[in-house]
Amino acid sequence: MKIHEYQAKEILKKYGVAVPDGIAATSVEEAVEAAKKMEANGATLFVVKAQIHAGGRGKGRTKKNNAKGVILCKSIEEVREAAESLLGDVLVTIQTGDDGQLVQKIYVTDGVDIEKEFYLGILLDRAVSKNVIMVSTEGGVEIEEVAEHTPEKIIKEWVEPGMPLQVNQARHLAFALGLEGEALKKGIKFIMAIYNAYVETDSDMFEINPMILTPDNDVMALDAKVTFDGNALYRHKDLAELKDEAEEDPFELRAAEFNLNYIKLDGNVGCMVNGAGLAMATMDIIKLSGGEPANFLDVGGGANVETVKNGFQIILDDPNVKAILINIFGGIVRCDRVANGVIEAVKDPEIAKKVENVPIIVRLQGTNAEEAKVIIDNSGLNVISAVLLKEAAAEVSKVLA
Amino acid sequence: MSVLVGKDTRLIVQGFTGSEGSFHAGQMIEYGTNVVGGVTPGKGGQKHLDRPVFNTVADAVENEGANTSVIFVPPAFAADAITEAAFAGIKVIIAITEGIPVKDMIVAKQIVKSHGAVLVGPNCPGVITPGEAKIGIMPGNIFTPGNVGLISRSGTLTYEAVDQLTKVGLGQSTAIGIGGDPVIGTTHLDAVKLFQDDPDTESIVLIGEIGGSAEEEAAAYIKDHVTKPVVAFIAGSTAPPGRRMGHAGAIISGGKGTAQDKKKALADAGITVVESPADIGETLKGVLA
Repeated sequence: MKIHEYQAKEILKKYGVAVPDGIAATSVEEAVEAAKKMEANGATLFVVKAQIHAGGRGKGRTKKNNAKGVILCKSIEEVREAAESLLGDVLVTIQTGDDGQLVQKIYVTDGVDIEKEFYLGILLDRAVSKNVIMVSTEGGVEIEEVAEHTPEKIIKEWVEPGMPLQVNQARHLAFALGLEGEALKKGIKFIMAIYNAYVETDSDMFEINPMILTPDNDVMALDAKVTFDGNALYRHKDLAELKDEAEEDPFELRAAEFNLNYIKLDGNVGCMVNGAGLAMATMDIIKLSGGEPANFLDVGGGANVETVKNGFQIILDDPNVKAILINIFGGIVRCDRVANGVIEAVKDPEIAKKVENVPIIVRLQGTNAEEAKVIIDNSGLNVISAVLLKEAAAEVSKVLA
Repeated sequence: MSVLVGKDTRLIVQGFTGSEGSFHAGQMIEYGTNVVGGVTPGKGGQKHLDRPVFNTVADAVENEGANTSVIFVPPAFAADAITEAAFAGIKVIIAITEGIPVKDMIVAKQIVKSHGAVLVGPNCPGVITPGEAKIGIMPGNIFTPGNVGLISRSGTLTYEAVDQLTKVGLGQSTAIGIGGDPVIGTTHLDAVKLFQDDPDTESIVLIGEIGGSAEEEAAAYIKDHVTKPVVAFIAGSTAPPGRRMGHAGAIISGGKGTAQDKKKALADAGITVVESPADIGETLKGVLA
């Protein structure tokens, strides 16, 4: 689960990780008030940052006002202008795609002086099933580029399963960043604290880019990207509440209400499949058949009338969908039951209207597959049946031709 | 011969009396798997499906000589169930449960390893040696005994591949669903090694998907050490980057873990890579012809 930068920094602060002062705002007035409060505490420079769930904000631009997603301000008046230019506009970054993302929140932070910029990331190294902490002196740039061109500049420490990060590991990383004296001490403290925060919050990714050294030898997180392990949210009710539904795709939100695992894509053939791997494979076969997948949708093991109906509703709300491929491998679930479920769903008046011009190809394989085919074929509906995956692929090509 | 499970399996079901555990235990018994009992803490001493229920895995090992466990315990308690099996001396632990927090699995995997046991899963359909033992949730009727070893991160895609193999006349030695999570016990590489050493396995089908680098690691090993023919399919060529495709582990992050990279690594290792998931069975038949 993704959260905003301002939320991430609040969490980091709780775990003793130094971050610049900052206040989130949803209106221009709130932003101005925030800046005034910070000025009273001694701030002379401010940074106004768009809060969207996508990276690359500094280099991104808004559609209407052509404003940068991160704006340095030298006065309260400039904070006001920055807030006006960002709030309500759509920010396009390298990660948002051309549609961009609506800016509904901004974060006003203290514009601290920077001596040096570093990178720090924590994530699971799947190859060894251990968390890995990575640092680099190349802060403020895309870590993927550093990894590709100068991998020797990324220093890593793997944390033993079930153990806290050892101080010698944090020290190794701090030395690798070239920290000395007071800065070294603060760097070690920073790294120890941030790893603790990562573990305690059941996160699956931390990216601090940049982590900075100030002229006063303070080590701080200037930016923070944090995502949580969705499977662990049941034991972090407070963190689960940080979810910002305004950042989610409306189709996907609706699917989530139906307990469907759905991801919206840009293609023209919708699909409904049981199982994640088969769902991906079905998307691939749509492409090989000359179409483009309009979605990923895993209806899970059950595939009963209700889930099939809900699946149809979501898929058919997407105007790009020109055909639908249902691919169910009925194992313990019998195919004839699934077939009856599909027929019942298609007969639903609301769905029936929408599928008039959208051919549906139903491929049912497994227990009672032949009986299921007969049920589909005799239904008199605009539904094409298939048993083999190959046949289903051929039908997709045919309806798109 | 087969790998991991077979005629010598003495299975216990953890989460035996729960609805999932109960249903699938019944299916496994019906298939002919030697289910010697189950574990549900607090229900020890009862009988369920005509088999004894124990409070602890240790009791099941002591009383029934259990050597294998399958886990249907809910995600919040599943990692604990895995470690309990390891502590009790169970040698093959198969975790079906989906949704176990990564933090728990990192520790559980380490504990299993340090106790010399093998973990399969979690978030997997299980392991089946057709005609001998079905351990998990797969439909037994689509499998046939034979000589193809199958490894897959996905459930229904495994069934799809098996169905194609059976239809072209290729039975399976053992099919291992290794699971779709980012932290799993048995990896593609581990499973490949088992099949290479198994005299009853003559060829291998490897099914992977986006995310991580397990398929690449297997490819590197196969290139130098595997003498049996391998056919591979990778799901997710059309998956967008940065999105988790159903399985917790199926995500392209930082440009890494794409289907294209995996297919290239496999092809470079001399493995036959099929583009379409509809061609797995026929392709292997062609390779073996």
